[in-house]
Amino acid sequence: MAGNAWRSTVSRVVGAMKSQASHPRTFSRGLQTVTLIPGDGIGPEISTAVMKIFEAAKAPIQWEERNVTAIKGPGGKWMIPTEAKDSMDKSKIGLKGPLKTPIAAGHPSMNLLLRKTFDLYANVRPCVSIEGYKTPYTDVDLVTIRENTEGEYSGIEHVIVDGVVQSIKLITEEASQRIAEYAFEYARNNQRASVTAVHKANIMRMSDGLFLRKCREVAENFKDIKFTEMYLDTVCLNMVQDPTQFDVLVMPNLYGDILSDLCAGLIGGLGVTPSGNIGANGVAIFESVHGTAPDIAGKDLANPTALLLSAVMMLRHMGLHGQAKKIETACFDTIRDKKVLTKDLGGNSKCSEFTGEICRRVQDME
Amino acid sequence: YNSSLTKPPPAKYGGRHTVTLIPGDGIGPELLTHVRELFRFCCVPVDFEIVSIDSKSTSDDDMNNAITAIRRNGVALKGNIETNHNLPPSHISRNNILRTSLDLYANVIHCQTLPGVRTRHRDVDIIIIRENTEGEYSSLEHENVPGVVECLKIITRKKSLRIAEYAFNAARQNGRRRVTAVHKANIMKLGDGLFLQCCKEVAAGYPEITFDSMIVDNTTMQLVSKPQQFDVMVMPNLYGSVISNVCAGLVGGPGLVPGANYGKDYAVFETATRNTGKSIANKNIANPTATLLASCLMLDHLRLHGYASMIRKAILATVSETRLHTADLGGQGTTSEVVQSVMREIESKGPRTSEQI
Repeated sequence: MAGNAWRSTVSRVVGAMKSQASHPRTFSRGLQTVTLIPGDGIGPEISTAVMKIFEAAKAPIQWEERNVTAIKGPGGKWMIPTEAKDSMDKSKIGLKGPLKTPIAAGHPSMNLLLRKTFDLYANVRPCVSIEGYKTPYTDVDLVTIRENTEGEYSGIEHVIVDGVVQSIKLITEEASQRIAEYAFEYARNNQRASVTAVHKANIMRMSDGLFLRKCREVAENFKDIKFTEMYLDTVCLNMVQDPTQFDVLVMPNLYGDILSDLCAGLIGGLGVTPSGNIGANGVAIFESVHGTAPDIAGKDLANPTALLLSAVMMLRHMGLHGQAKKIETACFDTIRDKKVLTKDLGGNSKCSEFTGEICRRVQDME
Repeated sequence: YNSSLTKPPPAKYGGRHTVTLIPGDGIGPELLTHVRELFRFCCVPVDFEIVSIDSKSTSDDDMNNAITAIRRNGVALKGNIETNHNLPPSHISRNNILRTSLDLYANVIHCQTLPGVRTRHRDVDIIIIRENTEGEYSSLEHENVPGVVECLKIITRKKSLRIAEYAFNAARQNGRRRVTAVHKANIMKLGDGLFLQCCKEVAAGYPEITFDSMIVDNTTMQLVSKPQQFDVMVMPNLYGSVISNVCAGLVGGPGLVPGANYGKDYAVFETATRNTGKSIANKNIANPTATLLASCLMLDHLRLHGYASMIRKAILATVSETRLHTADLGGQGTTSEVVQSVMREIESKGPRTSEQI
């Protein structure tokens, strides 16, 4: 734990020094500030890779690096460092690498802390088959939108009597309405044709019934988008047989967790899947959802694709579609070419070589 | 598939068994009619007592009749009963009531790649054992504050030990090497933590079987990339729904996989994925394979192994005939063609007299 204290002291000092310098926050020379949280393990190296590629693409992004370690605030409540929170509140956009969750550290997971701090209520994962990275499933093109604040992950559990445990799943009208509205807005803004609500209202009549009802109500205001509902088990059954029939899926927390990972598995795993978290007050944090991979950390073997695609998602969120397309195409072309691939993609190049190749392609596109 | 934890009822009345038949909704009635047709053709010593359940009615009489009939006969074959969403939330799923009233605690699904069915993955052979009576399906929900609904997921030590015992026993009896517990104990620390703890305790009594565990989201990811790594899987109710549907999809879909629900005293057989198939009902296009294979599981349970293997062999021979594949397998065959083919197969290969079965 000494390491944590040392790091948070350093970041407090460094952060203080940085904020004393004049910091043009946003829109100076068209630059947009993004809070970058490199994370642990392979986090720093893949963050560096993304920054390099963005530089090569001349993307108008100004990175503000911050570290998030849990610190105990006044009142004994765990929170993220104030510099990180302030930076995010100002920039509203964040890019995050993998964070490790130490067991028995006494504090909740960092991901959970971030989620609570910024009220990140929607987890969005677009799953698109990557040409050149073969999986048994081709032509996958769907988006899972998962309610991220309540449901089965409310963390409320009790031991009723010895040997009987009760876990509470919480579904509220407010959260269901919010996620349904986000799903339909997303569909409209990204030209998606249909939204499917995934539920188990035949068994969980009241809770999923409420969720379903709110989705139906919101669908009334979005008549241009087709709305369907499907049982969770039917979705799973059909997803592994024919994933092309799905477009945008919206669902409560647990189903979202399972389905988004299932869909990630269809396109090749967490190493190539982007993810974005949308919060209240316009905050959006994009992240790679794989682990910290401590065994390959610092050895220049990591694959930055997941973080890069999340950064591309971030560019699209910011309206910089041209830049996004350029970087994404360079990345996919590199993978399709198969000449320079990291080990997990089937090659034996280093992370820096893979990054360099993408940078070269981006520059060639100028 | 072998199971010694449920006793089958003894044959009464001239060596014939009586089995409760619940047609259900959607494709249930037509497919179960085919089962009766096939059994008549093969002279299977089973009589069906048909009990209908009207899914639109709110009265409990139908359910009580069905439960009484199953208690009396000990064994049932059923189609899925639709849950009417227009009725208030207090109207609990009929299928769920059946499972909990009869304490059918183990839902067993064996997913195997079938010859002649084209799938993305080969050599899949997974036995899924799903806790069938508690967990998220406890039907305990309330709305204390308007707009805030709480749904209770119950995990008990007793039922977790019971299902774990069932899983390891089944693994041992079927010569399986490995049991994987599927859970989400990193988030639901107490609930799934208890389940996992119980599995570990039971595993200690089966040293020849490897026990490991996997978090449910990782499990689904692994299933769609490398399903061959799994052997026997045991899990609580909801994850069981997800995993069994994923595995059924991997081996060819809802039309192929049979399922069984075992309790201490009763056994109910149905399709693995429990679909009503409303949109394809009464069009003669539904795939009868899952229902027919479920009836074979029932015959095995009744110790009528000769009939069971005779019919099963014929079904597997038919399913490998691509030109007979129904729409769900990408073909244009009809339900009746498949059933006719099974009967012809039995006639040509089967024994001449019942003494030979």
